Amino acid sequence: MRATVLVRPKHGILDPQGQAVESSLRHLGFDVSEARVGRLVDIDVATDDRGEALAQVEQMCERLLANPLIESFEIELEHA
Amino acid sequence: MTEPTRERRPVVPVVVWPGSNDDRDAQLALERLGASAPRVWHTDDELPRETAAVVLPGGFSFGDYLRCGAIARFSPIVPAIEAFAAGGGLVLGICNGFQILTEAGLLPGTLRPNESLSFVCRDVPLRVERADTQFTSRCADGQELTIPVKHGDGCWFADDELLAQLESTGQVVLRYAADANPNGSVADVAGVLSADGNVFGLMPHPEHAVDALLGSTDGVLILGSLVDAARLSLAELV
Repeated sequence: MRATVLVRPKHGILDPQGQAVESSLRHLGFDVSEARVGRLVDIDVATDDRGEALAQVEQMCERLLANPLIESFEIELEHA
Repeated sequence: MTEPTRERRPVVPVVVWPGSNDDRDAQLALERLGASAPRVWHTDDELPRETAAVVLPGGFSFGDYLRCGAIARFSPIVPAIEAFAAGGGLVLGICNGFQILTEAGLLPGTLRPNESLSFVCRDVPLRVERADTQFTSRCADGQELTIPVKHGDGCWFADDELLAQLESTGQVVLRYAADANPNGSVADVAGVLSADGNVFGLMPHPEHAVDALLGSTDGVLILGSLVDAARLSLAELV
């Protein structure tokens, strides 16, 4: 299965990178009220079982891909 | 069989990861202060015999990929460091070493990109909040130290609840002086101690402040405290 992991700075956590992007977008003339910058990780998991893939990717997020103190994550799964 | 060295130098290994770059300065400083400081590669799965304290140096382990320290935290040497710390062993993390210790859960909080998004490299004034720790025993309470920082991800963060807890237990040992916070860290935190008091991490680099030729020698107060404590633990082994 192909997993797409989205890691985001948690709500309320100051995101200086997002602020810089936001200000740059405003500078370009876009009407932007907020920008937040996270991370995207594409993973091919060696199983076709959706439940098993989800369980594995959740563990990957908890152990390595996201820092639970400051980041939240979302997982999307599709057959490769 | 190892024989006790005649000089009775406490063994204080410095762990080296790919991308570490302050390991030799740390080694030099520790040896000048009377320790034996072998450099240990991160794929070793045990610490040298008679290790009295461990130093995790600064640098950019694994290129700071993902998050600073996030990959290094899974190196084979880390379980040995965790076991050493669990037994009360002294562990000091400097800069990237601090980041690795927070990623490993040996120290509270986390290090985020500097609020300014700029890399900062300069001497900063620090205030010693507690001189009754094994890492600050050569200091005085409230003493101001000048030690350089050089980091892009030094913004220590803890949520309100965790911060309140750490303040109440006296785990914030080192703070940037008022109006001199170089990275936006919460409550001006520059260095935190573990609950048990044997693991300490700080963003400033004491190993770069041990020679008058290069400016401040205040780093000796931190590393010297560590070597003193390591020497004491050596005496206890005999």
